[in-house]
Amino acid sequence: MSLKLGVPSKGRLMEKTFKWFEKRGVTLSRSASDREYAGHVDGVEGVDLVLLSAGEIPRELAAGRIHLGVTGTDLVHEKLPRWEQQVEQIEVMGFGQADLILAVPQSWIDVDTLDDLDAVAAAFRKRHGHRLRIATKYHRLVREFLTDGGVADYQLVDSQGATEGTVKNETAEMVADITSTGETLRANHLKILNAGPVLKSQATLWRSRVAAVSAEEKLALKQMLALLRGEA
Amino acid sequence: MLNSSEIRARAAKLQAGFEEAGALVVDPPLLQPAGLLLDLYGEDIRARAYVTSDGLRGEQMLRPDFTVPVVQMHMHEGAEPARYTYAGEVFRRQEQDPDRANEYVQVGYEIFDRDNSSAADAEVFALMAKAVSGLNLRAATGDIGILMAAVLGLNTSDRRKAALMRHIWRPRRFRALLDRFSGRTPVPAARQALLSTDGALTGAGPEVGKRSRSEIDERIEALRADATSAVIAENELLALEALMSVRETVPYALEQMRDIAVDLPAISPALNRLETRSAALAARGVDVENLDFEASYGRTSMEYYDGFVFGFYAETRPDLPPIASGGRYDALTRQLGQGAEIPAVGGVLRPDLMLILEEASS
Repeated sequence: MSLKLGVPSKGRLMEKTFKWFEKRGVTLSRSASDREYAGHVDGVEGVDLVLLSAGEIPRELAAGRIHLGVTGTDLVHEKLPRWEQQVEQIEVMGFGQADLILAVPQSWIDVDTLDDLDAVAAAFRKRHGHRLRIATKYHRLVREFLTDGGVADYQLVDSQGATEGTVKNETAEMVADITSTGETLRANHLKILNAGPVLKSQATLWRSRVAAVSAEEKLALKQMLALLRGEA
Repeated sequence: MLNSSEIRARAAKLQAGFEEAGALVVDPPLLQPAGLLLDLYGEDIRARAYVTSDGLRGEQMLRPDFTVPVVQMHMHEGAEPARYTYAGEVFRRQEQDPDRANEYVQVGYEIFDRDNSSAADAEVFALMAKAVSGLNLRAATGDIGILMAAVLGLNTSDRRKAALMRHIWRPRRFRALLDRFSGRTPVPAARQALLSTDGALTGAGPEVGKRSRSEIDERIEALRADATSAVIAENELLALEALMSVRETVPYALEQMRDIAVDLPAISPALNRLETRSAALAARGVDVENLDFEASYGRTSMEYYDGFVFGFYAETRPDLPPIASGGRYDALTRQLGQGAEIPAVGGVLRPDLMLILEEASS
């Protein structure tokens, strides 16, 4: 069996991943047809390319179905409880930087810190009869961050896309989302809370700690890592 | 490895003991409507309970404890006074520690009684102590009511007291609030800037979302008022800190807290209650002279205990959660009672842990 390398299957993340590997002497390529999710690895013997959605890569690593995988820190931390025990961080790749942040309407001039947020959440619940809603897809990370910060009386509502719009639509009072420039937030009249990012994320190469490795695969892994780290 | 029939058999035996003490057997469903539990505990409960759903009934939870359904049932149809016992599985989602059970059996005993709270506290504690006697456990006790009385008695605004009360169960947040209200931490720059500007501040940008301009103006007004209110006095602060660190046997703890009450006179009625409860415990044969009391005990548990709290621990197995635990939760009955309320106290046993300890010692 070959060593399995999982990379994002489309978009800029895929292009940048390909470039990053190329620079280190490993050429990744997709098969000729754009619709077929198959690919090829040149530069190291015995490696298979597996094209996956970035969101599925943490799960595949944790299940041991791929040995190496490229995906964001945010997705690994959100989807894998006790991630340190399931995957090892090999290299941060220097692209795909984004912060998971909390954002509130700009009109909330009285809210700047987690202290403020907590006080406002209490008052909001009293006034409106329900908890202050935070739209996000990062439930675990946001909950842990707010629990740690001692914020109560909030409620997470799931939002898998167009999260910034939920405030205007009044399906949420604020959002927790990934942003790199903050442009979308500003366009939706939101501002970032002064509480530090919940998480700083970037594209990262991970190794599965649970995938079974044959002697052959071990050799391929060794060669691959040496190349990537510039030790070959 | 324990088998579940052993655990069930032990649970049945313990429950029979509670029936003998006068409790009615109740058997709430495994699936509980999620809305109520979410309303009580907030988002934190999602990290601790399994949530499932269907198209008809919406979100439901595998019961994380029995107390809430038992209180609900009692408020709905119970006669007074009442004693209940239950035995069955509870479910706790685990995301940090794979060694912690996510499903285990609890056997419980709950008293709803208006007349004699101290006697009811003592009854529950003594029954639990009797059930675990022979396992050589250490009992820890506390009383959240004393801490609450201390907060309510501070010489500060109602707003500040309410903020502190809200976070009694979150010690770190409580600490941060206390530091701010006593002037130990400076006012953050953004707050200072906000407060140094006069007049109406809203209305500049577009208003989005459900939180209205008037709510924002209202809070700014409140913050302005708060900025002019005096800090919590040093003697009160020190007394409160001393109170939170009291950790002694009951008689010595009482003595220390009577001293503290010189600066925090509001805690005296709560201390009298502790004294009455201690007498009731002694009357039931509990060795109160050597019973541990920690004023901060129970602050990190689920936030419904508001009076007497206790737990029994195996000192040889610090990795195990308490073998028995419980407390008073008058406020919970108020929250679930929609206007009605009744003083209530209860405790639960873990038959699985009891069997583990017995196995290890034999």
